Amino acid sequence: MSETKIAPSIEGWYTTGENPELLGTRCKWCGSYFFPKQETFCRNPSCRSTEFEEIPLSREGTIWSYTEHFYSPPEPYIFTEPFEPYIIVAVELEKEKMIVLGQAAQGVKSEELSTGQKVELVVEPLYEQEGTQYTVWKWTPVAG
Amino acid sequence: MAKEVAILGVGMHPWGKWGKNFVEYGIKACNDALDDAGLEWQDIEVVAGAETVRNAYAGYVAGATFAEALGWSGARVSTSYAACASGSQAINNARAMILADMADVVLVVGADTTPKGFLAPNAGERWTDPDWLRFRLMGCTNPTYFALYARRRMDLYGATEADFAAVKVKNARHGMANPNARYHKEFTQEQVLESPMVADPLRLLEICATSDGAAAVVVSSMEYARKRNVDPVKIRAVSTVTPVYPQSTVEMPYFSTDSAAAVPAPALDFKESIAHAAYEEAGLGPEDMSLAEVYDLSSALELDWCENIGLCPKGDAEKLLRDGDTTLGGRIPINASGGLACFGEAVPAQALAQICELTWQLRGQAGGRQVEGAKAGITANLGLFGHGSSVICSV
Ligand SMILES: [Zn+2]
Repeated sequence: MSETKIAPSIEGWYTTGENPELLGTRCKWCGSYFFPKQETFCRNPSCRSTEFEEIPLSREGTIWSYTEHFYSPPEPYIFTEPFEPYIIVAVELEKEKMIVLGQAAQGVKSEELSTGQKVELVVEPLYEQEGTQYTVWKWTPVAG
Repeated sequence: MAKEVAILGVGMHPWGKWGKNFVEYGIKACNDALDDAGLEWQDIEVVAGAETVRNAYAGYVAGATFAEALGWSGARVSTSYAACASGSQAINNARAMILADMADVVLVVGADTTPKGFLAPNAGERWTDPDWLRFRLMGCTNPTYFALYARRRMDLYGATEADFAAVKVKNARHGMANPNARYHKEFTQEQVLESPMVADPLRLLEICATSDGAAAVVVSSMEYARKRNVDPVKIRAVSTVTPVYPQSTVEMPYFSTDSAAAVPAPALDFKESIAHAAYEEAGLGPEDMSLAEVYDLSSALELDWCENIGLCPKGDAEKLLRDGDTTLGGRIPINASGGLACFGEAVPAQALAQICELTWQLRGQAGGRQVEGAKAGITANLGLFGHGSSVICSV
């Protein structure tokens, strides 16, 4: 058995390691945050900035809403048969004042979640293809 | 009011899964609308088409496609794409040309043949397309977003699964009397609640299907209508607003909302601003409406729309529903046509179908689903990528 390679499902959207973070940008002129990254023009109508800095977003946030999916979605979603239900969480980030979506971490049950609950970011496998395991960011309840 | 235009005729091809070319549906709707207006195709000066991108390529489902099918007559054409709001954009084009004295009478048409199952993004590797990426990276379908709003209603306002089911039961009953609806079947709350869970808390019977169908509207200047001695239903307002930054509600197909860190969120959120602009333009308010046709992509979304179009404060839509206010015979019937619950979505035709329903209701021609004494009505929907859509019609 050859060792499975691990790779991000998309480059530059998040860091890995013990305390992973989503990577967004902040406008150097007006301070607006963007995720996914906005790097060429600012979407604030009062700002014509072309200067942005890459910035990690808050690792923790509170649940805005969530839903569990019981049917396999169409392509280009990739999953291994048999299909397992998965949860999507919308998370409010306090500092950035924005809501970011993502799947819930493996093993998280819908019953454990509620609006307003604290969650944190993790990086986990999303799917496997040709010997490579592709990862993505997910949300998991903060312990304790 | 100088900004009014007249609705001379409306027509639809029944919704369903007919498996034919969308042009066939469109022609049927056009001919019905022309007959309803008492006009011939050659009387039409402009064809405004509502487009969708699913049929091979943009520009195919267009004004010119229908002009050719009806027989080239030299009419000018325009084509609008705004996803679910395409029909309103086409109506707005027609209205703008009439109000600018560039045309007296315009035929507006939208028609679609839809694929099976969930609406999926375009094929191929599309790493810069958020609509493609949300499926690849999260498995985030359209029902995902509907379910997020539904869950939030439960956690914030105490909505229950029974409430969501009650919306479906109501709309299914309304649709029984609509010959253009795809589904003519009544449901009990129990039957809805026994249908399979798709995206918790929403069940299969609470999420709208995709359908084939077509709708057409003949609009003219008020002067043109007067010369023909008709007292038409009038279009009082067409709102096609886009969001104001920062767009602070979670919308398809995005991964995030705009950040409100540098600029505070606007007083009205996007969906509220859509109807608000229509009311402003019409000089009417929610209290003047006799009925509303709103985009019930899911049963729970209808409750959001009740609030977004100003019928009640946030969190009170369940009370409106439970009190029977939104049922036929109630204070303000919502989706008397049966709504998307009975139609399923035929994207470029849907906003026009809403206008057809208002027209029949305001003329008193809605048969078994008639809202008694209807004087004015509002439509509301929202197209992917920031396309607001709301039309107000009155007698
Ligand atoms: Zn800026």
